[in-house]
Amino acid sequence: MANVIKLRKGLDVNLKGKATKEKFQVACPGLYALVPDDFTGMKPKVLVKEGDRVKAGEALFVDKAHPSVKFVSPVSGTVSLVERGERRKVLSVQVQADSEQQYVDFGKRDVSTLSGEAVKEALLESGLFAFFKQRPYDILATPDVMPKAIFVSAFNSMPLAADFEYVLAGREADFQTGLNALARIAKTHLGVSAKQTAAALTAAKNVVVTIFDGPAPAGNVGVQINHVDPINKGEVVWTLGAEEVIFIGHLFNTGKVDLTRVVALAGSEVKKPAYCEMKVGQQLTTMLAGNLTAGKTLRIINGNVMTGVKTTQDGFLAAHATEVNVIPEGDDVHEMLGWIMPRFNQYSSSRSYFSWLCGKKEYTLDARIKGGERHMIMSNEYDRVFPMDIFPEQLVKAIITGDIDRMEALGIYEVAPEDFAICEFIDSSKLELQRIVREGLDMLRKEMA
Amino acid sequence: MNALRKYLDKIKPNFEEGGKLHAFRSVFDGFETFLFVPNATSKSGVNVHDAIDSKRIMSFVVIALMPALLFGMYNVGYQNYAAAGKLAEATFWEIFGYGFLAVLPKIIVSYVVGLGIEFIVAQWKNEEIHEGYLVTGMIVPLIVPVGAPLWVIAVACAFAVIFAKEIFGGTGMNIFNVALITRAFLFFAYPTVMSGDACWVATESICGLGYDLPDGFTMATPLGEAAVGAACTSSVCDQVIGLIPGSIGETSVIAIAIGAVILLWSGVASWKTMFSVFVGGIVMGLVFNQFGPENNAVAMMPWYQHLVVGGFCFGAVFMATDPVTSARTECGKYVYGFLIGAMAIIIRVLNPGYPEGMMLAILLMNLFAPLIDYFVVQSNIDKRAKRAIKK
Repeated sequence: MANVIKLRKGLDVNLKGKATKEKFQVACPGLYALVPDDFTGMKPKVLVKEGDRVKAGEALFVDKAHPSVKFVSPVSGTVSLVERGERRKVLSVQVQADSEQQYVDFGKRDVSTLSGEAVKEALLESGLFAFFKQRPYDILATPDVMPKAIFVSAFNSMPLAADFEYVLAGREADFQTGLNALARIAKTHLGVSAKQTAAALTAAKNVVVTIFDGPAPAGNVGVQINHVDPINKGEVVWTLGAEEVIFIGHLFNTGKVDLTRVVALAGSEVKKPAYCEMKVGQQLTTMLAGNLTAGKTLRIINGNVMTGVKTTQDGFLAAHATEVNVIPEGDDVHEMLGWIMPRFNQYSSSRSYFSWLCGKKEYTLDARIKGGERHMIMSNEYDRVFPMDIFPEQLVKAIITGDIDRMEALGIYEVAPEDFAICEFIDSSKLELQRIVREGLDMLRKEMA
Repeated sequence: MNALRKYLDKIKPNFEEGGKLHAFRSVFDGFETFLFVPNATSKSGVNVHDAIDSKRIMSFVVIALMPALLFGMYNVGYQNYAAAGKLAEATFWEIFGYGFLAVLPKIIVSYVVGLGIEFIVAQWKNEEIHEGYLVTGMIVPLIVPVGAPLWVIAVACAFAVIFAKEIFGGTGMNIFNVALITRAFLFFAYPTVMSGDACWVATESICGLGYDLPDGFTMATPLGEAAVGAACTSSVCDQVIGLIPGSIGETSVIAIAIGAVILLWSGVASWKTMFSVFVGGIVMGLVFNQFGPENNAVAMMPWYQHLVVGGFCFGAVFMATDPVTSARTECGKYVYGFLIGAMAIIIRVLNPGYPEGMMLAILLMNLFAPLIDYFVVQSNIDKRAKRAIKK
């Protein structure tokens, strides 16, 4: 029986527009793009020119610092644009897909016969290594440092997130092969939710399964690492999204790189929230067209409502995104005397509003911040929703003051910006915690380099 | 509502960069966000936010102060009419009206001076107006004696806002509770108007209400009486209800308890701090009852009476729980609260010069709160360091 860890701290926000468990079809051919910024901490070196022909699985760019880390095209087609921004920064590499898909064949392989080094080589070659992140710093993993462990979280506890159990249905074999491959590299931990019952998760082989029972952010891999095997200074841990484990399994089982994932389209402004199959980098219009409410400004979020970034209908599915959320922007809303009105339609974790009385009510929240930025006033607000053995408030203060020694001492190596998402949500001082933590991590990384 | 919004949108350009009223930008911004929830949307991080903001939090503290304020007004009238011996002839509204007229100018002075400084500083630093003074400005009139002159309150508010808050960086950065600094400043700079037996009852009639009391009229608070070894003229029951002389808002345990329920229910104040202040007071009260010098009437005061007289309840509920100046870690709050309760009783009993100890106890612990947090946080740091070495 797997170890069960109960988490008390956290907050589940009940938002309207959860995806129903059915799939709708999206038109596939079209424009695809790989966005270097999706892979945090990496500077790209572009290998292709506009007009080049590429196959699915062929590298579009590599990491300048580690050229062995390749970022491959999700489809076969013609490179239509290498989009550059200020100071010639590569914003995206776009590929116009062919109607007939051709895949690079990397060859089927039996994972159990391979060494960890060979598995890593295969992942580097096929571009799937690019999906690994490492802690400390929550950046693209570096291939020359072997991790002490690999962590995969099989659930996302954030509101409006995709249900991995549904995503997994039918791909169990690939998922297990993927886990087997990871286990060749390092000890692999799989975090499973107490609500998940699929045998492919709870009885996954070759990995250490730990069951987490608690509110968001229990599904964050950072929280799980902190409870299972916390990171010490000098140690490196890799993390990987559960959907990306399927990519790896598929590679070894078929020899092909197929970056197709089941993505949830959810949110209060989606007419029929459901799942669909999308490739990484696929243009979002294909899934959004005709499915959004008309007549108001919408915010389309590439990723989860808590951690994703604002994009447009012409945006491209982010590399790590498992859902696309659409909510009202709300910049035309004027609520009067918010400091005293009951505001029944607003959600708050504070009892100075009435949402605690409304039980299972689903809320439609817009993108307004609903308050001005202040210094930290309320004490230990973050601690309520931060289920890690770390003092979040003190850590954030250390980052704001740029005190590197203190950041280290308080455990910055163990966190990623996403771990602070719920804290940022409930923060009455409206500080941009995820941005602050990202800056802290970058500062530390620069200092350590 | 729409007309108001349109009007605000119309005049807004005047206050923006380059507008002719740009010097009042922070004031406009303050009123606009007071009337309407700001509709700026998030640029980074989470895409949705909780509806809570510091305006809401501060408003709830002000709401929680209302019972103490309203009762305090009534009590001011009650004390005047009682001292004149005319209590039986006065109606409730005459008594309350007198108290209202006596207290209102203090509230106005406190807000005008404090918020005025806040507005200026916000404009100067190009920031939004911080809401912290909404609470401070309401607490200040409640913790001064009714006899304190307005100009003295104005000076003290200005001193406290500038030197206890703004020079540290505004609400959230201050080390000491601003309202208590106001009171401490009054106490040390103008001891004659803040202590003794002459300041606790309003002695002049206002607008035809109330009575002029003879010059040199004095009336001691229960703690004042105990400090000089005199017999207590009020029963514990009176002290709980609050119809006794004292600072305006601190006398009624019942009114403060209503405020405490609001604060705890809404989660604005920490129950850990509040609870441990009372524990500290009870423990220290019992210790003095048991081992204290028998000729000291304050030491011999029963422990439960210690909790109901003076500013103990008011301090425990509204000032010890100030999140900015109290300990910020959960374990630290227990220690912090306990020491406030204990120190308040120690100062009451052992300090011959001043009968009440709550103000100094909280200010002292404000100073030590970072030290308490240091030990709590350090234990986490040590644990992490040990874990790294073990491996």
